Amino acid sequence: MKELEYPFDSSFIMKKKKALRRLLEEQEPAPAVTKRVAVLGGSTTADIVRVLELFLRNFGIAAKFYECEYNMFRQEALFPSQELSDFKPEIVWLHTGLRNLTFKPSPDMSAEQIADGLDAEVAGYVQMWESLHEKFGCAVVQNNFELPSSRLMGNNSGADPRGLVNFVGRLNLRLADEINAHSGVYLCDVNYLSAVCGLDEWSDPQYWYMYKYALNTRFIPDLCFEAAKVIKAVCGRNKKVLALDLDNTMWGGIVGDDGVENLAIGQETAEAMAFYQWQEYVKSLKNIGVLLTVCSKNEEENAIAGLEHPEGAVKPADFTLIKANWEPKSENLVNTAKELDLLSESIVLADDNPAEREIVRACGFSAPDIGEVWDYIRVIDRSGFFETVSLSADDLKRTEMYAENAKRKQAQSKFADYNDYLLSLEMNAEIAPFKPVYVERLAQLAGKSNQFNLTTKRFTESDMTHFMESQGYVTLYGKLADKFGDNGVVSEIIGRVDGREVHIELWLMSCRVLKRGMEYAMLDELVKAAKNVGADRLVGYYLPTAKNKMVEKFYGELGFTLTETHDDGATVWALSLDEHKESKNKAINVKRED
Amino acid sequence: MANANDILKRLNEVFRDVFDDDDIVVTPKTTADDIEDWDSIEHITLIGAVEDEFGMKFKMGEVSGMNNVGDMLKIIMARGK
Repeated sequence: MKELEYPFDSSFIMKKKKALRRLLEEQEPAPAVTKRVAVLGGSTTADIVRVLELFLRNFGIAAKFYECEYNMFRQEALFPSQELSDFKPEIVWLHTGLRNLTFKPSPDMSAEQIADGLDAEVAGYVQMWESLHEKFGCAVVQNNFELPSSRLMGNNSGADPRGLVNFVGRLNLRLADEINAHSGVYLCDVNYLSAVCGLDEWSDPQYWYMYKYALNTRFIPDLCFEAAKVIKAVCGRNKKVLALDLDNTMWGGIVGDDGVENLAIGQETAEAMAFYQWQEYVKSLKNIGVLLTVCSKNEEENAIAGLEHPEGAVKPADFTLIKANWEPKSENLVNTAKELDLLSESIVLADDNPAEREIVRACGFSAPDIGEVWDYIRVIDRSGFFETVSLSADDLKRTEMYAENAKRKQAQSKFADYNDYLLSLEMNAEIAPFKPVYVERLAQLAGKSNQFNLTTKRFTESDMTHFMESQGYVTLYGKLADKFGDNGVVSEIIGRVDGREVHIELWLMSCRVLKRGMEYAMLDELVKAAKNVGADRLVGYYLPTAKNKMVEKFYGELGFTLTETHDDGATVWALSLDEHKESKNKAINVKRED
Repeated sequence: MANANDILKRLNEVFRDVFDDDDIVVTPKTTADDIEDWDSIEHITLIGAVEDEFGMKFKMGEVSGMNNVGDMLKIIMARGK
């Protein structure tokens, strides 16, 4: 819903939140996931919860909320109330800030006293995260601190360790270090946001005196949007592809009409510099694993010529796919999604033409109003399409991996027999129980895999660690490499041991390696692992979603027998381990750890 | 400044937006008791929306001291745009 996408009108959202809530239910597709979110505040949170609900819903997340009593965040985090315990939060947002400081420096304190105060303040937060993690295994979203609106020592408050400005700066850095050191804790950067909104307005104290809000209520939507971006990223609902129009989006002018030499790009004019900076920003998105593609109405040779402009920052090789033709953009985007094995909802189009944006939006793609060239970076950046809550090694290699996949598709056409093709890939898999080094990736994969995912259960890093360490679970990850490159961790299975049965709680595979036989290799190892824990039967579940129809019959194909069918389409399957004799894996060489 | 009737009309729109109810008709005598959802939380939203509509800000004492729409109207007539 456009009203809830950046750039949004905060006053409008505050005023119309009731209507927006109703319209979201009426107009938007059913939410993909449900999450239990506890908002534990050090100030009033009533409207914060209600506005957060809207943004999350717009990101495809139906949230159920728990809101603590006023300023009870610390008690709730350390000694949860019965209500919070019963609620079993999956995500906790600690909405705290400057008003909640337990220690403030003052000019009559020694450096030591202040250092101790800083340590204690940070330790207080770490203690809350660890308590929440231990009790609920939940993800934690933590605000950092806004700068103070008054400065006792003036400018020197920023330099002198006894100054509050200096203290808050150091506190925020220390908090960041601790967030980095704690898996499952994520920053909501209130310090940055309050600067963006303007500190004087943000911290207008009337809202504290009158209502005990820590911020000016007109910025509640801005705050909630930040938190919602972090939460949706934790839930694996980021976009993956930035599709780019070319003429007047990537450069000034129309390459087909004006000629490459007359395009505005480079350092010569104000306009050229603006486009150059934007191209640089676009290129840097590759570093956080965003795939770039072209979606432009152009002759392909003109498009390539423009991208090869010597003054430009991007080159044709930066793009995973280039669709430059005269077909409708929606069609080109649909094909882009297909060729990259991605869902259409994972694509964002940057296009200067409002009419084109309108059309592709109607087809389910994101296409923000990017404004003028000097706005492009801010709009794409602040929209948070690619909010990076954890940057894994795989993210850095993603462009390469997708390019390799495109090569594999070309290679495929040379073989008559599909198995010949698979053999030619020279595939090597590593399949073993979960290891700490992969926990981040395993949670990420569980958070975002939709299509080849039998149960679509979203597990966090802490859940993964629990399964890994618990005797009651059989876990397997699968890595797959071939002659074109390493795909990294692409599949995972979590089985709950129940007497002589192993119940498959999660089985998923990345769509990058569909139709490679990896699922057969995983089954072989699962059977072995199940035998090792003394089981004689596997029980598999298929829970239908809007996106996982491709695995509806998966267990049947593996030789499981259907045992139950439910009204909602869910099915239960079973396999006696002694029935699994011959491996269906013919093409993958499996390296085990034993 | 526009007359009380014009302000009341604009106020009525704000009330309808905030409470998402197109049947609301406010008069100077309307109080929080007359509108079902008008509680202390919605009051904050309402104050913010009225301030935006009329390009003005209420003072702290005014926010808590308003007894009915008429009180609000008087302040807007004095300072609103």
